[in-house]
Amino acid sequence: MLNTWMEEINWENMWVATWETIYMSLIAVAATFLLGTVLGVLLYLTDKGNMWENKPVHTVTAAIVNIFRSIPFIILIILLIPFTTFLLGTMLGPSAALPALIIGAAPFYARLVEIGLREVDKGVIEASQAMGASQWQIIQKVLLPEALPSLISGITVTGITLVSYTAMAGVVGGGGLGNLAYQEGFQRNNNEVVFVATVLILVIVFILQWIGDIWTRQIDKR
Amino acid sequence: MIQLKGLSKAFQTKTQTVTAVDNVSLSIDEGEIFGIIGYSGAGKSTLVRLLNKLETATGGEVTIEGESITSLKGQSLRSARQEIGMVFQHFNLLWSRTVAENIAFPLEIAKQSKQKRNERVQELVNLVGLEGREDSYPSQLSGGQKQRVGIARALANNPKVLLCDEATSALDPKTTDSILALLTDINKKLGLTIVLITHEMHVIRKICHRVAVMESGRVVEEGPVLQVFRNPREHMTKEFVRQITEPEEDASEIVFDEEENGAVVQLKFLENKAEQPFISKVIRQFDVDVNIIQGKISQTQRGSYGSLFIRIKGSSEEIDKALAYLREEEIEAEVMERA
Repeated sequence: MLNTWMEEINWENMWVATWETIYMSLIAVAATFLLGTVLGVLLYLTDKGNMWENKPVHTVTAAIVNIFRSIPFIILIILLIPFTTFLLGTMLGPSAALPALIIGAAPFYARLVEIGLREVDKGVIEASQAMGASQWQIIQKVLLPEALPSLISGITVTGITLVSYTAMAGVVGGGGLGNLAYQEGFQRNNNEVVFVATVLILVIVFILQWIGDIWTRQIDKR
Repeated sequence: MIQLKGLSKAFQTKTQTVTAVDNVSLSIDEGEIFGIIGYSGAGKSTLVRLLNKLETATGGEVTIEGESITSLKGQSLRSARQEIGMVFQHFNLLWSRTVAENIAFPLEIAKQSKQKRNERVQELVNLVGLEGREDSYPSQLSGGQKQRVGIARALANNPKVLLCDEATSALDPKTTDSILALLTDINKKLGLTIVLITHEMHVIRKICHRVAVMESGRVVEEGPVLQVFRNPREHMTKEFVRQITEPEEDASEIVFDEEENGAVVQLKFLENKAEQPFISKVIRQFDVDVNIIQGKISQTQRGSYGSLFIRIKGSSEEIDKALAYLREEEIEAEVMERA
């Protein structure tokens, strides 16, 4: 029974879709990590009582972050269609999903970065200033290393959200397992494809979580 | 070496101005351990932060070896700070770095080569007695060991001055003593000037040469530790001195036995008299018996001092002679009760 059941699936398409999902997720995670960290550091440093205290910059950054974090992802994709076509010349395929994925996830990650940085002991920053550290040295040698476990566990959570975003992006033509499940599964009423695509997405999520947990545990010396 | 001239720091809150440091002038000599004592909120933490400009003064000036710290900015301030070590109450180590990496941190900031850093770290590890713990993380160390790392880190760039912000307040008494011994040792070995703030009088007594007493932002009394301990002028100072010099019980709590004859006398020792055998001299020279009721003698960096309650028994004449002898030897003898 299992044999006949699985016969309905085009495995070649399934693997292509799986790799597309992995490709979209990895690129988006990497870009989100960079952009989100920069935004998070900016949010933290311009906050009251910190090194670059600056109310206008903080307020504007916080507003941008909140707006993009609040727009439902499926709507964000649609809103970004002109931007994506301008950038890549098309709105179809896995790469076309990337701008929306990154713009959707980076603000969320930026908030996690900000929370992580706020947990860094103020005394340690004071000690570094007393040693004559420059602001750049404090960011690079104190803030980021001391917040690293939070940054890693944050990117793990964000990465998992990104995998589910790729599935949504697939529905509007972004490729990957979501696209496959929707077009070959839902529209052709092939539940087996939906089932296998779901299992594969779950496997990707579990692997991500597992790597994130091990990594966090290894660097956390608190 | 360190001069504070009319130093003030006011904090502006929404409703009022709080003056944390109020017109403080002090002069700290090279190679001395200078203590600043006060209750929390007295402004001593703010004062010590004005010395390396972690706080910006709202008035007055700080100069260290003739260089005006208060007017420094940017890179020149950062360079000056490298020559002022600082030790904190809560250690403030980077938990993501090992002991060796924590000690190397100020050397990285000063852009020393890796080889120089490693050599210096090893010297410092030996100096503070942390051999074998180089690769431990702060979370694996005891409080005393963490503070040793803090001290090693503060000394890394061969500073001229070491600032200690309640360096022993988070430690138990035994560990406190070992850290104080380390600071004394460093002061003698390296001739380093140490400015130390604390709310514990025994810290001042054990290691400081001179002391300033702070109350609501002002220095109310200042002088050599022994002198301040023996002749505290201000109420605040007397309160602090009492913490460590009064016997466990107040003099008024001593029970004067009506049946006993003789005199109950409180002896106060000046200069280094506490180390001389006065009691046995009194017994030998005069026809009296001496019974020690209670007492406490404390050691400071420059001599000991304290008080002793004794009962002298014998004929009235002999007691008078004994008292006269003690006073001749410059021991303050106050008769509390005489029957």
